[in-house]
Amino acid sequence: MSEAGYNYRIVRGFAFSALFWLIIGLVVGLWIAFEMFNPALNLTPWLSFGRLRVVHTNGLGLGFGLAGIFATSYYILQRLTRVPLPFPRLAQAHLYLFNAAIALAAVSLFAGMNTTKEYAELEWPLDIGVVIFWVMFAVNVFGTLIKRREKQMYISLWYIIAMTVTIAILYIVNNLEIPVTLFKSYSIYSGANDANVEWWYGHNIVGFIFTVPILAMFYYFLPKATGLPIYSHRLSIISFWALIFAYLWTGAHHLMLTPLPEWIQTVAIAFSIFLIAPSWGSVVNGYYTLQGNWEQMRTNYLVKFFIAGITFYGLQTLQGPLQGLRTLNAFFHYTDWVVGHVHMGTMGWVTMIISASFYYMIPRITDTELYSIKLANSHFWLILVGQLTWTITMWIAGIQQGAMWKATNPDGSLMYNFLDTVTSLYPYYRLRFAAGVIYFIGILVFAWNLIMTVRQQPQQSEA
Amino acid sequence: MGITSKPVVFAILSAVVILIGTTVTVFVPLFMPSTQPVSAAIKPYTAVELEGRDIYIREGCNNCHTQTVRPLRTEVLRYGEYSKAEEFAYDRPFLWGSRRTGPDLNRVGGKYPDAWHYKHMQSPQGMFEKSNMPPYGWLAKNRLDTTYSYKKTSILGYGYSENDVRQQIAQYHATVTDGTYSSKESRDQVTPPELRQELTEMDAMIAYLQKLGRDVKNLEATK
Repeated sequence: MSEAGYNYRIVRGFAFSALFWLIIGLVVGLWIAFEMFNPALNLTPWLSFGRLRVVHTNGLGLGFGLAGIFATSYYILQRLTRVPLPFPRLAQAHLYLFNAAIALAAVSLFAGMNTTKEYAELEWPLDIGVVIFWVMFAVNVFGTLIKRREKQMYISLWYIIAMTVTIAILYIVNNLEIPVTLFKSYSIYSGANDANVEWWYGHNIVGFIFTVPILAMFYYFLPKATGLPIYSHRLSIISFWALIFAYLWTGAHHLMLTPLPEWIQTVAIAFSIFLIAPSWGSVVNGYYTLQGNWEQMRTNYLVKFFIAGITFYGLQTLQGPLQGLRTLNAFFHYTDWVVGHVHMGTMGWVTMIISASFYYMIPRITDTELYSIKLANSHFWLILVGQLTWTITMWIAGIQQGAMWKATNPDGSLMYNFLDTVTSLYPYYRLRFAAGVIYFIGILVFAWNLIMTVRQQPQQSEA
Repeated sequence: MGITSKPVVFAILSAVVILIGTTVTVFVPLFMPSTQPVSAAIKPYTAVELEGRDIYIREGCNNCHTQTVRPLRTEVLRYGEYSKAEEFAYDRPFLWGSRRTGPDLNRVGGKYPDAWHYKHMQSPQGMFEKSNMPPYGWLAKNRLDTTYSYKKTSILGYGYSENDVRQQIAQYHATVTDGTYSSKESRDQVTPPELRQELTEMDAMIAYLQKLGRDVKNLEATK
């Protein structure tokens, strides 16, 4: 190829790792969705809901999410700096270590080695593994940036830098723990402090894995796929700095009305509301980029993914701050509403953008055309319908449960016992499972399409 | 913009920007005693309760049960006194949870007799036909491993001597294996014969559940 020896092997390796963990994570997701209305599936300790739920979240968050981010970051870095990866063997080692760590993570979580801190459940030896592969990644990120041949760093690179730095700080601070044995440790923080550190981490890991690098993809692949420049460079600068500044203040909105000091909760509410501005800065930038070219929604299959994706991001970043308000939080917190909220972000925004990025990237790195645009369209509609059915069902379930928890009789006593509020949700749980199946079929189509793409003969005509 | 052509400076500036909110809302509170106050009314877990807590952690019970009652009228009606910061001084990690698929457990201690828990954990559906809680009868088939109990309490700074820990274990062992134990019948039903004279994981789990929220009355009395 004429492209100055860019390392695409690593991109491909991470992209297919992402697909693999995506499918595993979704199978586990379907399993636990079924357990929610039929506990008979809790067949063995290893398959009990309490253990499986963390396999689902870690498998998709760390396995699929991070692999997708690494794949696209290695691609974007090389393209935007116009230099090949400086340390290709390090990147290859990163790929192997990453997959080994995720596999061990899954096995250890199945076995109940679990710190309980959400999205940081891995025990300490695996935490060390994660830190090592993160450093390996960072060396290539900064190596590429320092050796770059393009003077200015484009928007996507800012987001990749911010992610690289912030995830390192978040992960290390939240996972400080004292080992008891190889498989067991205790957090160094206690009670309210542990909660505060954890949700500072938990909220920002969502921010800097499910937002920041996905925005890097959006800002790079949307103009690439459409041939249209980003609407406003200035707006992207303001959005970037405001976003990364404000994000870190907001973790405590996960701890509303708990014993955490009230001022930390109130500061978190204020900054959560502020976050709407930079989030929508990117949404507006995306929409205006298509100004005058909206026919691409029809003619360019990739645009559908990007625009639907950024729309879910926009809805997500409105819903999130509103849920943080004390009155609304008192009603919605601990219900399925929040589960619906999270899944609009992951099934809508994150997966849509990673899907489109892969569809753009994979044919180019393998010197071929996408196997089937028709299948890509089916994939789009299946995951859209699956996700919407899934999330709307959970919002309704959440409203119902929240209302039932609060309902009182005229004499002031509670109207429903707890079990009534659970069993009344089973119809929703069945529908959620069905929606998950539709979504999963969409993902299988996605995987099939990419596998068939790379199995085709390379075309010499494609540059 | 000069900064977009200087990656290292850009990275350092990003780190500074993200550390401002972090410092104010996370690092500073770590050094303020008011964030996690300590009260003599709240006692640390015994070695057996702590082992039970570790099983609660291992099984991921926190994925479905919260442990923080909010100061809301219907919530206090449903569960009891709302949660106070002092109650969590010995909790590492905290187990407040984020989703209530099952009810909150911060006030479950003393709510039901041990016998209720033995039967319920063995078969939640036997007690509540439509419950979606997984059965945990197998916990009664596992002998409780106390190899690291002392090490655990010393890492957590509970201030027990090795002898204290041994005594706490022996004492709870004596309680549940005694012929006059009030929940003996239920315990024998779920525990295999060869383990009836031993401490099981189920015993420790129930000891832990019975401790949850039990000190809050003493705490309220000191206020």
